[in-house]
Amino acid sequence: MADEFLFLTELLGLKVHDLKGRRLGLVKDAAIVPLIDASRVDRFLVGGGWAWLSIRHDQIRSISLDGIYLKDEQLTPYHSDEYMLRLVRDLLDQQIIDGQGRKVVRVTDVTFRIQHHADGDVLNILDVDIGLRSMWRRLAQGVVPPRWIRRIQTVIPPHSIRWEHCSIIEADPQRRLRLNISNKILERMHPADLADIVEDLSPDDREAIFETIDSEVAAETLSEMEPDVQASILESLETEKAADIVEEMSPHEAADALAELEEQTSEEILEEMEQEPKEEVEELLEYPEHSAGGLMNTEYVALPEGTTVEGAMDALRAHEEILENLNTLFLVDSGDQLKASIPLARLFTAAGATPLQELAAEPLLHVDVEERQDRITELFDKYNLLTLPVIDAEGKLAGVITADEVISLLREK
Amino acid sequence: MLKKFRYQIAIFLSVIGPGIITANVDNDSGGILTYSQAGAKYGYLPLWTLIPITLLLIVTQEMCSRMGAVTGKGLSDLIREEFGLRTTFFMMIALVLTNFTNVIAEFAGIASSLELFHISRYISVPICAVAVWFLVVRGNYRSAEKIFLAACFLYVTYIISAFLLKPDWKEAAIYSVKPILMFDTDYITMLIAMVGTSIAPWMQFYLQSAIVEKGITAKEYVQSRIEVVVGCVLTDVVAFFIIVSCATAIWAHGPKDINDAADAAVALKPFGKYAYLLFSAGLFNASFFAACILPLSTVFTVCEGLGFESGVDKRFHEAPEFYWLYTLLVVLGAGVILWPNFPLVRMILASQVLNGVMLPFVLIYMVLLINKKGLMKEWTNSAAYNTVAWVSVAIMIGLTLALVSITVKQMMQAEAAPAPSAPVAQVQSYDSGRHALKAYVHESRIAHLIRQTLGMGKFAD
Repeated sequence: MADEFLFLTELLGLKVHDLKGRRLGLVKDAAIVPLIDASRVDRFLVGGGWAWLSIRHDQIRSISLDGIYLKDEQLTPYHSDEYMLRLVRDLLDQQIIDGQGRKVVRVTDVTFRIQHHADGDVLNILDVDIGLRSMWRRLAQGVVPPRWIRRIQTVIPPHSIRWEHCSIIEADPQRRLRLNISNKILERMHPADLADIVEDLSPDDREAIFETIDSEVAAETLSEMEPDVQASILESLETEKAADIVEEMSPHEAADALAELEEQTSEEILEEMEQEPKEEVEELLEYPEHSAGGLMNTEYVALPEGTTVEGAMDALRAHEEILENLNTLFLVDSGDQLKASIPLARLFTAAGATPLQELAAEPLLHVDVEERQDRITELFDKYNLLTLPVIDAEGKLAGVITADEVISLLREK
Repeated sequence: MLKKFRYQIAIFLSVIGPGIITANVDNDSGGILTYSQAGAKYGYLPLWTLIPITLLLIVTQEMCSRMGAVTGKGLSDLIREEFGLRTTFFMMIALVLTNFTNVIAEFAGIASSLELFHISRYISVPICAVAVWFLVVRGNYRSAEKIFLAACFLYVTYIISAFLLKPDWKEAAIYSVKPILMFDTDYITMLIAMVGTSIAPWMQFYLQSAIVEKGITAKEYVQSRIEVVVGCVLTDVVAFFIIVSCATAIWAHGPKDINDAADAAVALKPFGKYAYLLFSAGLFNASFFAACILPLSTVFTVCEGLGFESGVDKRFHEAPEFYWLYTLLVVLGAGVILWPNFPLVRMILASQVLNGVMLPFVLIYMVLLINKKGLMKEWTNSAAYNTVAWVSVAIMIGLTLALVSITVKQMMQAEAAPAPSAPVAQVQSYDSGRHALKAYVHESRIAHLIRQTLGMGKFAD
C-alpha cells in the first residue's frame, strides 16, 4: 500500500474523527515518550477550540491521509508533560546531531511508518528529513493538496537520516534524563569528529554534552579543540567535572587548556585534581607558551642505559595506554641524563638480547626547555623527526615534542 | 589590580572585530554617496542627524550582538527555530535579492573609483571579483578578519582629506547638535536616505553571526558591547568627515547635486590633489571591503537558516549550496556591471522597496526574540530598554515606509509617463570609443532619488 509512510507535515492538520465519524479537530502536534518507546508516537495532540486534547496511541483505529479514526473517545485534555518529546515544538526546525554523517543538521520534516496491527494503526518515526525534498513539503504544506505534494516531490532527491542515528540536543540535564537521551552515539564517534560537532553548537548545548558524556571521551574531544573553545567550555562546567576531564587529558594538553583560563578558575580546577596529574600539569604550566617547555608533553618512555630489547618490550607492555602515539624510546643514566634515543621500529628487527644502546639514532638530538619554537620546527624539518627530546637546565630529560604538535604550530601561522 | 586590568584589556582585544567590521561595511559605496550628496547639496545642515542615527544604530546592533553572545546562534537560526521554515524561507529570498543588488552597487563603486585612476572597468571589476572570491574561499575566517580590520583603518583617508580641505570647524560643530528641519521634499528624502543607508537588514544577520563565529559568550559580553558601540560611533565619525569634506569643497561654492561618489571625488580636485586621491582611494576601499563581506554574509545567513552545510572550511562537495550561491552572487554581481543595457535602475529600485519591506520584519523579529526568556534567560531587554527598542523600531519602520512609498510612487510615475521628450529614468549604454561603456542618466527627480537613496549613481564618465 502506498500509504505505508506518512510525513509530519501531512500528519499536522489531519482531521480526527470519533466513532460516529464526526470531526473532533485537527492534529496540532504529536509526541513520543522516549522512556517507553524511542520511536512510537505515543500521543497525538488535537486542537479544536482553545484547549488541546490528547489522544493515546492505543485509542486509534486507523491513520491515513484521509484522517485519523478513533476507536475510543475517552480523550483527556492535554497537559504539558516533561517526559514527552513533542515533535513540532522540540524537534521540527531544531538542530540534531547526525551520528552517521557526523554533523549537526536541522530538522525539516519527520517521516513515519504506519504499521497496521489488528487492534489499530501505530505510527513509528522512521527518518528525520533534512534535504530539499522535505523543504518543498514544508513550503507547500497547506497550500498544495497532500497527494500532489507527494507526486511532485519525487523529482527531488531525498535526504534523510535514520531515527536511530539521531541524537537530540537538549541543554537541560534534568530533561535529558527524562527524555532518555543517551550519549552512546556521541561516545562512539572519533573525538575529532565530535569536537567539530560540538564547536558548531551553542555554549549551552556544548556544556550539556560535556556535563553528561564520559570524562575520558570528553578529555579526548577537548584535546581536539581550539584553545579558546577549550577555555570557554572548561569555564562553563562545574569545577569538579572540569577537573575530572582535565585529569584525563594528557598533561601537556591540560596545561595548554588551563593556561587559557583566568588564573583563579584554573587554580580552582587544579585544586580539585588528583595529586599526580596535578603536579605534572603545574610543572608544565611554568614554561612560557612558545618555548620548548610549553610545547613538550610528558608522555614518553625512558629506560635505564643497560636495557635490552627484551626489557624494553616488557616496559612497553606496562604502558599500553600511550602506545598509540609512541614512536621513540629514550635511555637515561642513573642521574636522569639523556643518553640515547631509539626509534621504536628498530626493536622489531633486533634480537631480544640486543642492548638498546646499539639501536640508537645518531646524532642524539635534543633541545633545551627554553628553546624558541622556530628553531624547533627547523630541527624537525632538517632531520625529519617524529619526536624530539627536551632537557632541562641540568641535562635531565624533561619531556618530548612530537611532530603533531609542530604541525599544529605551523598551521596556526 | 594591574593584572586584572591587563586581563580585561586582553579580553577586549580578543572580542575586537565583529562590531567594528560590520559598522564600517555600513559605509559602503552607497553610504559614501549618500553622505557626499548630503554635504554637497545641504552643506553642514544634515550633520545633526548623525547623532540620532548613531543611537538607532547602537540600539539595533547591541541587541544583535547580545543575542549572538547569549544564545551562540545566528539570527537566521533563531528565526528558523522560533518562527518556522516558511517565514525563514521568504525572508532569505528577500535577503538574497536585496543583498544581490547591494553587491552590484559595490562592484559599481569599484569600477567608478578605479576609473578615476584610469583603470578600465573591464580590467578592474573581473580582477576584484576573482580577488574577492579567493580571499574568502581559499583563506580562512581568522586571516580574512585581520585583513578586514586593516581595511577599517583605511577609512581614515576620509578624515585626512577633510582636514586637507580646511573646513569651517565652528560651523560644523554647531550644526552637529542643532537640528534643522525643512519641509522640503528633497531634504526630507535625503534625511530618510541617510537613516536607510545606515541600518540595513543584512547588518543584523552579519553582526550576530560574526559574534557567534568569534566565540564570544555572555561572559565577554560587556567588552563586546563596548566594541559594538565603538564601531557604531566610528562609522558616523567617518560619515561626519565625508559630509564636512563635501560641504567645504562643493556646497560652499554653490550647492549642487552630485550623481556619483566618484563625482564627489572629482569635485575635490581643485582643492588639492591629495584630498582627491584620498577620497577616491577611500571609495575603492569601502566598495571592495563591502564586496568581500556582503556575498559571504548572505550565504552564511541563508545556509544557516535553511539548514545547508556552510563554512569556508568545508570542501565544495560537502557544502555545494554554500559555494554555488556565493559564486553566483560574486560572478553575477560583477558581471552585471560589465553588461550593457542591463535594467540596473529598475532592479535597484525594486530592491530598495524589498529592503524597506524586509527591515521592519527583521527588527520586529529581533525584539520578539530578545524578549524570549527561554532563549535569553536573564539577558532579555529591561522594560526601559524595550521602550527604547520599540520606539527605535517604530521610527525605522516609519522612515522606511515613507521611503518605500516615495520610491513606489516614483516608480509608478516612471511607468506611467515614459515621455520621449523628457525621459524620466533611462539608462542608455553605447560604445563610445574612448569609454567602452557609457551610461547616461538624465537628471530628473527619479534618477536623483535613486542616487540619493541607493548609492548607485550613473556610471562614471
